[in-house]
Amino acid sequence: MKYMTINNRKVAFDDEKNILQVLRKAGINLPTFCYHSELSTYGACRMCVVEDNRGRVFASCSETPRDGMIIYTNTPRLQKHRKMILELLLSSHCSDCTTCHVNGQCTLQELAQSMNVGKVSFENNKPILPIDDSSPSIVIDPNKCILCGDCVRTCEELQGVGVLDFAHRGSKLQVTPAFNRKLCETDCVGCGQCRVACPTGAITIKHNFTPIWEALSDPHVRVVAQIAPAVRIAIGDKYGIPKGENSIGRLVTALRMLGFDEIYDTNFGADLTVIEEANELMERLEKNENLPLFTSCCPAWVKFCETRYPDLAKHISTCRSPQQMFGALVKEDARVNPKDDRRTLMVSIMPCTAKKAEILRPEHFTEGEQDVDYVLTTDEVIRMFKVAGIDFNSLSAEALDMPFGLASGAAAIFGVTGGVTEAVLRYVAKSSKLEDLEQISYMGIRGDDAIKEATVQLGDRELKIAVVNGLKNADDLMKKIQSGEVYYDFVEVMACRRGCVAGGGQPLPIGPRTKQARMEGLYKIDGQAQIKRSDENPFIDALYQGLLKGREHKLLHNEKH
Amino acid sequence: MEKIMNQSQLNQVKERELEIIKNSKCRILICAGTGCLAGGSGKIYERMCELVKDNPDVEVHFGPEIAHGDGEVTVKKSGCHGFCEMGPLMRIEPMGLLYTKVKLEDCEEIFEKTVKNGEVIHSLLYQQDGKEYQKQDEIPFYSKQTRLVLEDCGQIDAEHIEEAIATDKYQALAKALFSMTPAEVIKEISDSNLRGRGGGGFQTGYKWSQVARQQEKIRYVVCNGDEGDPGAFMDRSIMEGDPHKMIEGMMIAAYAVGAQEGYIYVRAEYPLAISRLKTAIEQAEAAGLLGDNILGTDFSFHLHINRGAGAFVCGEGSALTASIEGNRGMPRVKPPRTVEQGLFGKPTVLNNVETFANVPMIINKGADWFKGIGPESSPGTKAFALTGTVNNTGLIEVPMGTTLREVIFEIGGGIRGGGEFKAVQIGGPSGGCLITPHLEVPLDFDSLKKMGAMIGSGGLVVMDANTCMVEVARFFMNFTQNESCGKCVPCREGTKRMLEILERIVAGNGTLEDLDMLEDLAHTITDTALCGLGKSAALPVISTLKLFRDEYEEHVVDKKCRAGNCQALRQYVIDPEKCKGCSKCARNCPVGAISGQIKNPYTIDSSKCIKCGACMGDCPFGAIRIAD
Repeated sequence: MKYMTINNRKVAFDDEKNILQVLRKAGINLPTFCYHSELSTYGACRMCVVEDNRGRVFASCSETPRDGMIIYTNTPRLQKHRKMILELLLSSHCSDCTTCHVNGQCTLQELAQSMNVGKVSFENNKPILPIDDSSPSIVIDPNKCILCGDCVRTCEELQGVGVLDFAHRGSKLQVTPAFNRKLCETDCVGCGQCRVACPTGAITIKHNFTPIWEALSDPHVRVVAQIAPAVRIAIGDKYGIPKGENSIGRLVTALRMLGFDEIYDTNFGADLTVIEEANELMERLEKNENLPLFTSCCPAWVKFCETRYPDLAKHISTCRSPQQMFGALVKEDARVNPKDDRRTLMVSIMPCTAKKAEILRPEHFTEGEQDVDYVLTTDEVIRMFKVAGIDFNSLSAEALDMPFGLASGAAAIFGVTGGVTEAVLRYVAKSSKLEDLEQISYMGIRGDDAIKEATVQLGDRELKIAVVNGLKNADDLMKKIQSGEVYYDFVEVMACRRGCVAGGGQPLPIGPRTKQARMEGLYKIDGQAQIKRSDENPFIDALYQGLLKGREHKLLHNEKH
Repeated sequence: MEKIMNQSQLNQVKERELEIIKNSKCRILICAGTGCLAGGSGKIYERMCELVKDNPDVEVHFGPEIAHGDGEVTVKKSGCHGFCEMGPLMRIEPMGLLYTKVKLEDCEEIFEKTVKNGEVIHSLLYQQDGKEYQKQDEIPFYSKQTRLVLEDCGQIDAEHIEEAIATDKYQALAKALFSMTPAEVIKEISDSNLRGRGGGGFQTGYKWSQVARQQEKIRYVVCNGDEGDPGAFMDRSIMEGDPHKMIEGMMIAAYAVGAQEGYIYVRAEYPLAISRLKTAIEQAEAAGLLGDNILGTDFSFHLHINRGAGAFVCGEGSALTASIEGNRGMPRVKPPRTVEQGLFGKPTVLNNVETFANVPMIINKGADWFKGIGPESSPGTKAFALTGTVNNTGLIEVPMGTTLREVIFEIGGGIRGGGEFKAVQIGGPSGGCLITPHLEVPLDFDSLKKMGAMIGSGGLVVMDANTCMVEVARFFMNFTQNESCGKCVPCREGTKRMLEILERIVAGNGTLEDLDMLEDLAHTITDTALCGLGKSAALPVISTLKLFRDEYEEHVVDKKCRAGNCQALRQYVIDPEKCKGCSKCARNCPVGAISGQIKNPYTIDSSKCIKCGACMGDCPFGAIRIAD
């Protein structure tokens, strides 16, 4: 064990990679904008500066801890520097706090308050830059950007997409796609992880509240909601509910209070996906073509694969994502069995910003009608509740509507990395015995490793599976698949690390503990579910005999991939 | 040229080339450094070629195709001679004549008199204090210098490797390859106490030894030729004038640390340096001195040139390597240091041009010889770009430890126009100012650091009483703000705010609180900026505020600029004694600030005056002046 002296107190440390981590362990939280344990150390904001006994000032995020070090974290000199840096940042930051989307959850705002900045000595004379709202998923407001580079590194290091970078020099520095392109002209996959990383309101979720509010109050419109698996265990964060706890009941109540006419579960769509995708896998294995089969439920991944690995795009499953299957189903039902003359509007409640782009894809229109009309992220639903004055905590739980409100435990875990694979394997194994279920869950597809591998015996064939989360990891895996270095039959990809629980539309902040709790929350739902396998869902079977008969391909699959 | 396969062949080539130079009846070396080229030396070269060619009486071989001729008269383009103030320069060998300020019209006379008949043209010789100097070495500008790194700059044709070989290039490499182990090379460099000439003054030998002991076997040698300081051109002159010297230094470094590949990072604003380096690399490869199995040994080294887009920050090590990798040139946090994870994440020796150019001499002559020059803690020589209001501007090289007084008054010939010395800005935008009491300070890394200045890469800007120190600070801050990469907050936003304050002050709108804010900002930037450039960005302000606070206060309180530099603070007055009342100034004034009656002295209303100076230039009687 090694020791250093921090503010005259001896502190033990072990293998912490920088002083900032030692400080955090010692109960000192220095302010920082640009340090994230998952990203490379950038050292740009200089807020975490400390001083050593020789008067040297340095950033604690980028200094290796050494035995016997003597450092101070809060001298008047350091306080002065931090305040000056904060003032400099504030002076070139659009300070429309009252109308900012992240008012109340902005790190810059919080620090300005906690460090008693009071007044800013400099005038903000930065030219006003245009806002980029060209993407259906996110909005970039460069006037609120503090240039910490968190989004740049997230996009590059975690997602391997790299559409954002710095341009220009000095005080003209700007985060932008190359050649000052609009985001919609780039390979942005819309995952929204940049929005998760952004400490200010520079990157926010693209909102479209107005048409939804109007529809909710329009008696001629039947507004149907579907709720994705990862929403229910995240929405409680904003209401002080323990992290990871399932709030589906209160969420349903709140949505009904907003005026939604019917509220269903995307998990039902997930059950359909499991069956269709498993059958597709069997078919491909039989024909031995287009293997590995890539999952298609994550739209950010689908776009990534199409743009980066177009030659491998045919490996993507033709199955629509649960959201799209469900949307097509509800709309078809309304067309085939109209209950009244109201128009059906499909709104999905999603943890994901890429879903906003997915609904606009041309293949997601059936008979000229858009299958899903709007996507509201978890974060946006919370905002709507706020507007409507809904006191979420005081609500009593209500049940989802039937028949599309019933789903298996296998569908619930779609929101976490490895979940789709586990659900498919359960279906393939055709057994709901506890030991069989456990065997699947312990075969190495759970957990937060970047790339997980498993092998399943399927008749006389050994099924090789890879489960990957984070697009950068997917990119690494794809390179190996492309070069023939590795071979798999089935590859599950989730664009966001840990899966949809940490999606770009989820409530912030999303730290490691939050992610863990949300993952556990989904497994808990599965654990408590009476139906474990998708094919055990009684309504699914009825559906295949009824509405879906002869329409499987039309409603559940895309023409190509 | 033929491929040189071993050490004895190298020596044979050297002897042969020396013989050619010795036998040449007349060698005309025309300075083709960037400064002289701008003065027209390219045309002078062409004219001399024509003259020599067109004259049937002289048997010659010359010209770009066979510039390394073996005829009686050779005309050559050399690198920078250093005496840029007197350019374009022409040396005529073997007489050793140095003609200064040569014009195109002079060519025929030079040819007729000097080349054909050996006559000296006195009007083209350098003169100082009534004395005429025929030879370069006798000129005080040169005689006070110790030119080691620059020894052959201006003496040889930089575009022909034969001349480089004739002047001992690649001898040190051969010595290292054939009679020294890599460890011995590192020891020799370490013993010599050679310190990095790029500004930091880091021990070169120690740097190499750290690279050599890394686990990773792929290593790189990178030369920093991104000389960005305004007014500095030492490295450019070496790259243009004696490229093989620096290349040889890189190769010795590569041999010492086990690198097989190297990069020279040159700013794109140095097209001539890039083209000379390219030529040098091609010729060295053809001669078997670069590439695979150098001089027949199993040592291989490949050298690439990387053009920088001219961002000042790319002179910083980690930004430079990022730039070579094709990324945005931004410094990164350290550790890991460049010696551990530099270019492409591999251990990297990164030294600047001048440092590498010192290496072959140390290997040839030994560490003890090197340590004998200059002070023990900073041995060797240092090249400086001497500019500003000094008589002899140019490129100089002196032993470390030479005093400022010697440099400015002996080599530089004192202040131009006999003015009074005010200050010298050393180290460019990262450096500070030194004033009269500092004239006896020895120029070396440690002494300057104590004075709050730094050698930097070696720019020396001399200033006289007509220089406004606030404006100097504003100039450098403007440079730094434009060149800041923008990564860390203190440098990006802090320099912007400092610049705004300085602009306010020179415009006459500053307050005393502004001076305090300048100091506060300067301290935050110095303490907290991410990279070396950021940390030193405020130095020009700190240094001028310390030494010339009274000037700042005059600007702020009295709204006066004693140097008369700051246009907004100028007070134009009409001398009633001289004014004849012609009314010309009043008619010309664009804002109607001048009034009076014909044939009576006019007056200027300074509250209306926009300080454009139109009146002063137009006054037929010289009656309008700027108030002191």
